Amino acid sequence: MFGLHVPWLELCILIPAAAAARVATLREPGAARRLSLIASGLALACALAAWQDFARLPSPSSQDRWDPLAPLLGEPLFAVDELTAPLLPMAALICFLTNLATLRAKFRVFSFARSLAAEAILLATLACVRPWGLVVLLAAGAVPPFLELRARRRPTRVFVAHMTLFVALLVAGRALVAGGGAITLGAALLTAALLLRVGIVPVHCWMTDLFEHATFGTALLFVSPMVGVYGMARLVLPVAPPGILEAISIASIITAAYAAGMALVQREARRFFCYLFLSHSSLVLVGMEAATPIGLTGALSLWLSVALALTGFGLTIRSVESRIGRVSLADFHGLDAHVPMLAALFLLTGLASIGFPGTAGFVGLELLVEGASRSSSILEASVVIITALNGLAVMQAFFRIFTGKPNPTSIDLRIRRPERIAVLTLMALILGGGLIPQPGVSSRYRAALELVEARRRHTPADSPSPPGPPPMLAHHPSTTGTPSSLPQARRDERR
Amino acid sequence: MTIDSISGVLGLGVLASPALLLAVLGLAPSVGRPMGEAAIARWTASCVVAGLLSALGVLALMLATGQRHVPVEFGDWVAIPSEHFHFRLKFIFDRLSTPFLILTLVMVGTIGAFADRYLHREPGYGRFFRSFAVFLLGMVVASLAGTIETLFLGWELVGLSSALLVAFFYERAAPVINAQRIWSVYRISDAAFLLAAVALHRVSGEGDFATITGTSPWPEGEAALSPGQALGVGLLLLVAASGKSGLVPFSGWLPRAMEGPTPSSAVFYGALSVHLGTFLLLRASPIIDRSETLGAAVVAVGLASAVFAAIAGRVQADAKSALAFASLTQVGIITAEIGLGLRYIPLIHMIGHACLRTLQLLRAPSLLHDYHQLENAIGGHLPRGEGLADRWLPERARRAICRFGFERGHLDAAIDRFVVGPFLKAFRWCDRMERRWTDLLTGSGSRESDRVPPSSPIGEES
Repeated sequence: MFGLHVPWLELCILIPAAAAARVATLREPGAARRLSLIASGLALACALAAWQDFARLPSPSSQDRWDPLAPLLGEPLFAVDELTAPLLPMAALICFLTNLATLRAKFRVFSFARSLAAEAILLATLACVRPWGLVVLLAAGAVPPFLELRARRRPTRVFVAHMTLFVALLVAGRALVAGGGAITLGAALLTAALLLRVGIVPVHCWMTDLFEHATFGTALLFVSPMVGVYGMARLVLPVAPPGILEAISIASIITAAYAAGMALVQREARRFFCYLFLSHSSLVLVGMEAATPIGLTGALSLWLSVALALTGFGLTIRSVESRIGRVSLADFHGLDAHVPMLAALFLLTGLASIGFPGTAGFVGLELLVEGASRSSSILEASVVIITALNGLAVMQAFFRIFTGKPNPTSIDLRIRRPERIAVLTLMALILGGGLIPQPGVSSRYRAALELVEARRRHTPADSPSPPGPPPMLAHHPSTTGTPSSLPQARRDERR
Repeated sequence: MTIDSISGVLGLGVLASPALLLAVLGLAPSVGRPMGEAAIARWTASCVVAGLLSALGVLALMLATGQRHVPVEFGDWVAIPSEHFHFRLKFIFDRLSTPFLILTLVMVGTIGAFADRYLHREPGYGRFFRSFAVFLLGMVVASLAGTIETLFLGWELVGLSSALLVAFFYERAAPVINAQRIWSVYRISDAAFLLAAVALHRVSGEGDFATITGTSPWPEGEAALSPGQALGVGLLLLVAASGKSGLVPFSGWLPRAMEGPTPSSAVFYGALSVHLGTFLLLRASPIIDRSETLGAAVVAVGLASAVFAAIAGRVQADAKSALAFASLTQVGIITAEIGLGLRYIPLIHMIGHACLRTLQLLRAPSLLHDYHQLENAIGGHLPRGEGLADRWLPERARRAICRFGFERGHLDAAIDRFVVGPFLKAFRWCDRMERRWTDLLTGSGSRESDRVPPSSPIGEES
């Protein structure tokens, strides 16, 4: 394993952590926002630098050269590899844009200190390569939203009940897998825990509850990086037997369909967003569990595009909320007349999330459908139909929020400069990724090969079930990629 | 410079013109510098003329050299070679795409000039032309597509611009609700198209039309599919074409689309968009040739649409709806012609029909004025002769047919009753169950969103 030239990973975790401690002591919200912007901007720069540094190294995984925690733990805790290299900047960008697009009206409601703490935990989670470290960080990630719910005197029971179960299952599952005696049972418990964290039906109500009671920014930061999917890729995918993968695939596709349908009947924008997000994150999981290079590439590409697109989508709804309060979808608000740029961003991000041509999601969705078609025709048709339903939901919400008679207003509702910067950044990424998709797809293909290889390493050579797709989901001869060809393919791709 | 390289440069010009127009019109307001009406009109005219001149240049080269198939390839847009995944950007000029492309550019140029005056000082002038640019790009890409994925790309752009332009009058609820409905049908159509594209990939290994429908220039290609494969893929393509062209059972959206401004109604539902489905069937005609059952299905759908639209069109109370059904009648006949194995006749029919219907739709706002002029000229009401139905059908049958037409074949009502209604009912029930569950866990009312008031009354027409 090669070392990064500068300890970018530690820096991008420690900067927001230290800033969170400092911001918590500040009384003036404007100063808190300024500091949090600087800290999350620096974290983003470090994450980008880590990606670039990693890209120049010939190793499939790189750690910080000066890791202060390594001597304590005996081995490095953080590293960057093909999977996480773009995920770290993506997560940092989501946090930065959420802080940036927080308007003055929300300063006193949205806690910048908790946001920075959540960012530090999130980045540490994505950079962590030790299973137990990942378990601890996944559990710690649930603390900031809980603290916010409590601070706002909102009901916490739904969230606490689900997250307690999540942590218990996660710890038990990891303990069993680490013990080596009951790996299948351990994998099943880990799967149950992470399905709960992703929000798979019927254990998804914590997610709608969080969007109901927490601030939109906090809820967005908690769900949009999809750490549950990340946990699935790191903890479950390498060790799970084909039967578990098949169960995850079925549960994910049912959830995606259910959430797409539920998004269409919602009468309030936050709940609508929550279901739309759930549908998309479940689709990502469908591709992950195909466990074939093409399906995984589609899922990983879609992961990035959906996270970016739906963060933009969520930030747009948040911006609308900061102007007119919680947004009912039972009527027409006519906001295009006041904020046409937000309307454009809403449409663009919504379309990107459903894989519209010219946006970053298009190729990811094509790959996902291709991967699903190589697994099963039913899965393929389901993915296409679910995407169509999500498209209906996006357009319905667009029409409800931005068309209609504009209400007269005495205050200026026009877009503010920080919002404009956030909008243009997201637009550039979504359109840039859509028009020049090859670099992103190549990077995700390499990550997919790494995951397939990790799974191959963990599966005994004389196992009756070969690594790759579960038997019922795979019948295409060219789907699995012969294990022996994977390192060569990865080298070719990197070249 | 060789003929091929000249064709390549001209082909690039055809594609770059609408892309440039969309980039300019889309980016200007994003960076806080919205363009004025004159600038928008100038950019639109310039880009359309540039595209048209390039297209005419390619046509001249084809005629001069006798080439019937001029491919313009940009290579792989995305590829994972080790997984045999390729998304190729390939465009072709042939006897099908070139006339359709030139028709597109002529119509869009004409309607653009018309709309410049028609929408003068309208608040949504810029929005109209932005959607118009999306439409132009979509039509050009779809017309010239050399692979099924590229055609899908253009197909989706056309659908989006269509829905946005139907909802153009944002302040009224009816256009917006109708746009939602149209978008729903388009999504079904898109889903069928995507499934067909993936199925074609699976059976033929790639999405290049040269592989799928044979290497001979259109219309002489032979599809390398078995009759069973052709039937499966062809039925999916027929669903996609039916959605896009408003064929039965998706005909209900066509009159709803007339809520948009007249210029967009003319170019979308009189001229181009409504023919995109039949264009797809023509492009895939070698697949239809492989299966007699599929051919019969195409004829049946076409004739059913023509008969339905002929009946419904006669009882419409407004000119644009009557023209929409008249348009559908012809599209149905064109579809039947394709199913019968004809190739050049449907193409000529399509072009002639597009030109005539565009003219009629553009004159629709002046229809009463035209009638008055005619009646003044002849000094009385226009004569109304007795039709065949009056002579041959009993009163009761005529009434039943009239009611069928008036209710538009109950198509929308059936979809609402048997698809939309149960769907919404089921998911609303799930929503109520979720509420009960979270209320139980919380111990009190769990939904703050219940207290979110509607900020304004729902539109009067909903």
